[in-house]
Amino acid sequence: ANTSGFGLGRPALAEEIAAWDLDVSPDGTGLPEGRGDVFTGEEVFAENCAICHGDFAEGVDNWPVLAGGFDTLADKDPVKTVGSYWPYLSTVWDYVNRSMPFGAAQTLEPDDVYAIVAYILYSNDLVDDDFELSHENFAEFEMPNAGGFVVDDRPETEYVNWRSEPCMTDCKQSVEITMRATVLDVTPDEEGSGEASSMSHDSG
Amino acid sequence: MTFRTTRRGLLKSGIAAGATAASAGAALANTPDPLITELQDWASGTGDGVDATPYGLPIEYESDVIRRNVEWLTADTISSINFTPIHALDGTITPQGCAFERHHSGAIELRKDDYRLMINGLVDQPLVFSYADLERFPRENHVYFCECAANTGMEWAGAQLNGAQFTHGMIHNMEYSGVPLRTLLEEAGLDTAGDLAGKWVYVEGADASSNGRSIPMEKALDDCLVAFKANGEALRKEHGYPVRLVVPGWEGNMWVKWLRRIEVMDGPVESREETSKYTDTLADGTSRKWTWVMDAKSVITSPSPQSPITHGTGPVVISGLAWSGHGKITRVDVSRDGGMTWETARLGKQGDSKALTRFYLDTEWNGEDWLLQSRAIDETGYVQPTKAQLREVRGENSIYHNNCIQTWHLKANGEAENVEVS
Repeated sequence: ANTSGFGLGRPALAEEIAAWDLDVSPDGTGLPEGRGDVFTGEEVFAENCAICHGDFAEGVDNWPVLAGGFDTLADKDPVKTVGSYWPYLSTVWDYVNRSMPFGAAQTLEPDDVYAIVAYILYSNDLVDDDFELSHENFAEFEMPNAGGFVVDDRPETEYVNWRSEPCMTDCKQSVEITMRATVLDVTPDEEGSGEASSMSHDSG
Repeated sequence: MTFRTTRRGLLKSGIAAGATAASAGAALANTPDPLITELQDWASGTGDGVDATPYGLPIEYESDVIRRNVEWLTADTISSINFTPIHALDGTITPQGCAFERHHSGAIELRKDDYRLMINGLVDQPLVFSYADLERFPRENHVYFCECAANTGMEWAGAQLNGAQFTHGMIHNMEYSGVPLRTLLEEAGLDTAGDLAGKWVYVEGADASSNGRSIPMEKALDDCLVAFKANGEALRKEHGYPVRLVVPGWEGNMWVKWLRRIEVMDGPVESREETSKYTDTLADGTSRKWTWVMDAKSVITSPSPQSPITHGTGPVVISGLAWSGHGKITRVDVSRDGGMTWETARLGKQGDSKALTRFYLDTEWNGEDWLLQSRAIDETGYVQPTKAQLREVRGENSIYHNNCIQTWHLKANGEAENVEVS
């Protein structure tokens, strides 16, 4: 396939690339044509998603919460949802299209995905109930936390401070225990098969 | 919690709190040991034939050296994590059968015959490779650690899980055989991409989650490996059989398993796994993205909560692991008093770049309380920080990249507990 290489592999066909190359970038590159409104999305969501994510995208049991949590990112327990946290709408479309519903991924048509994404935006109070999302208006949409991310700055904020010869003696005046894991007591304990959790020293 | 076996073991070995005078290992025998004086079956009869075990598992007495799950961590066991029993291992190579797993839509079964790898995007010729094609490219061997970005993540807000397996066991270290990613990209041709400095590759798996991640071209052309063997044999199903990506020094999420597609792109996709997940929220509510490298880290694996001292006072081997995504581990210091004083440990062998390194401190225990800590230093001079240092910069909500110094409280009865200290 390539005169400079090993000549291994064979050219990928357009249909094959189309079948696998589904990723959508923040500027909307990769989106197929299509459209879906909030009302349709509510139905599709109820049918495919609500059993885990709740009728209003609020999450059931331990399953992910998709809506709400605004202004909680600096709280002790932030609620990180599509609305409160995700920087790009493209990611919502891309991920739902490729990997949801959990256990039956890639079973949704593009219009269904547009509708679900429209409904998730509505659940986050980011659009009105008559909103329709399409490949044409997709790129206009800016997510609330789009400006909330910085590229890894550890070199400036951490590495410069932590690359020095460390203290070896008299590093502190005293040491106190401030927290114990056994107080929480949340480590799994294998009832009836104690050997599974700790080194066995009684086999002799 | 109760480690019932441990307690039983402690009773049997007759070590009580405060029994510090006796030095284990030097006790005189009063009566002859029947294991020596009486003929044992294994010294007289025969063992198993060579056809008994075409592919063996560990002996039953090692049945505690297994992966463990922590149910409450995730909503189900399909998109979940388990933990390598690092408290019971030695050396640096992780046995594949107990090396941790992290899946987002389960461990899929993908036959070599059904395997396809596509390279597309900004390449001169998009290509499809079969598994057999991959084995015809020049191959390399490298040992690297794969550490989940979330390893130790449950410990941000305090001491929570009681055992090195649970606090530090989202890690494995294997010898990989495979083809440099660079070789495959060059086979497809990168002239079309133009200036590679601004280019990215997007990599994704064949499973339903896809686990797509964006990697800058510089890293893709540096040391990434498209691997099909680990520790000498094919990858395990749960580790990406038949082909996974190895991304040395970088967070485990990017080590895409069941690798099916590599796309050369102008920019990052900003996929779910690099926006919603694997971004690190700071105290002010902003978040870091693209925190790829795993910083220098270490943990004492023995003694530790699952690996108490049961032999009484006297000689003891303090043993642990150190690693850094920035290169080689050059030094590990150990403290027995919670960081007031430190002594430099001995490396089991010279550190390999971006690989687990074993350290030992051969010392004496006289039954006193110890607050055991280890502190890794890598070839860039970076010194593993305390949790307080990390929290000062990041707060407590960043979930990922917790490489803090771990403290074990070793008590007079030989048991150890996960604690935080001032």
